[in-house]
Amino acid sequence: MAATGKIDPMHQFVIEPIAGSFQGGNPFVFTNSALWTLIVLATIWLFMFGGMKRELIPGRWQVAVEGLIGFVDDMVNVSIGPDGKRYLPWVFTAFIFLLFANLMGNMPFGVVAAAHPFTVTSQFTFTGVMSLITFAIVLGVGFWKHGLHFFSLFVPKDAPLIFKFAIAPIELLSFLVRPFSLGLRPFIAMFAGHVLLDVFGNFVVQALNSHSAGGIGISILCFFFIVFVSMIELLVAAIQAYVFAILTSLYISEAVHLH
Amino acid sequence: MDVASAKLIGAGLAAIGVGAAAAGVGFVFGSFLQSAIRNPAAADGQQGRLYIGFAAAELLGLMAFVVAMLILFAF
Repeated sequence: MAATGKIDPMHQFVIEPIAGSFQGGNPFVFTNSALWTLIVLATIWLFMFGGMKRELIPGRWQVAVEGLIGFVDDMVNVSIGPDGKRYLPWVFTAFIFLLFANLMGNMPFGVVAAAHPFTVTSQFTFTGVMSLITFAIVLGVGFWKHGLHFFSLFVPKDAPLIFKFAIAPIELLSFLVRPFSLGLRPFIAMFAGHVLLDVFGNFVVQALNSHSAGGIGISILCFFFIVFVSMIELLVAAIQAYVFAILTSLYISEAVHLH
Repeated sequence: MDVASAKLIGAGLAAIGVGAAAAGVGFVFGSFLQSAIRNPAAADGQQGRLYIGFAAAELLGLMAFVVAMLILFAF
């Protein structure tokens, strides 16, 4: 911690009530997280319905929406196969929600006056529930399609008998860790990036306030680092949404085909 | 050694894992590029696998970051 003032990078992740209060164990509180979830949903609505016009000669907006849907559709078709279309709704929902939430969480302070952009996906409760939904789909589809044969997912097919006994517990363990790791990835990526931005944003101000010879130089250096990290964050936001979607379709494909 | 300084040293040690993950991510992209240059026609079809490998390597680095954050803020 710096001597000139304590940097508190965790403050941006605090969930604060906007309407209602947490007093007395009240579960019905409208928080900043809920507000930004609604804003993200409204943006997705505007984006999707702006492009769903079904015109014969598509405009730019319609091309953007159709391109996005086609991108996820291709991904699902490649990894699950011809009956992958049935799983497209969830994969596309997860993809577009993570994408928009990540990107809108990266908005700087002051785009919306006096409202700190809150990154919804920087809370593990959010991404964790999304990965639990994926896991529920995998289990449901697996047991629905294959019954108890689903457990053969954990046994390698053409391995010697000794290997089968050795590998099955490891496969089971890696299967059980999946919902955790799937939800952890987008959460940590957003969390780490925002901590980094916050810490270096504090460095800019603190170096200017230090009134020393190298202060301005360090401040400018940190500023350019922030610009660089912000661009990386935009890339990471898209990559994490893509990785979540592709891993989801991969896990579903395993449940559908069993290897 | 008091607990506060031990905490900082521990968090710093946990951050080494992030560097190891950086080597892993570099290896994933490096070997992809190596084979993509040999056969550019087949490169586009393997993009999905590239990102799966990237995600797997990256996750372990993020775990190290989580450990560092837990040491710093949760204890």
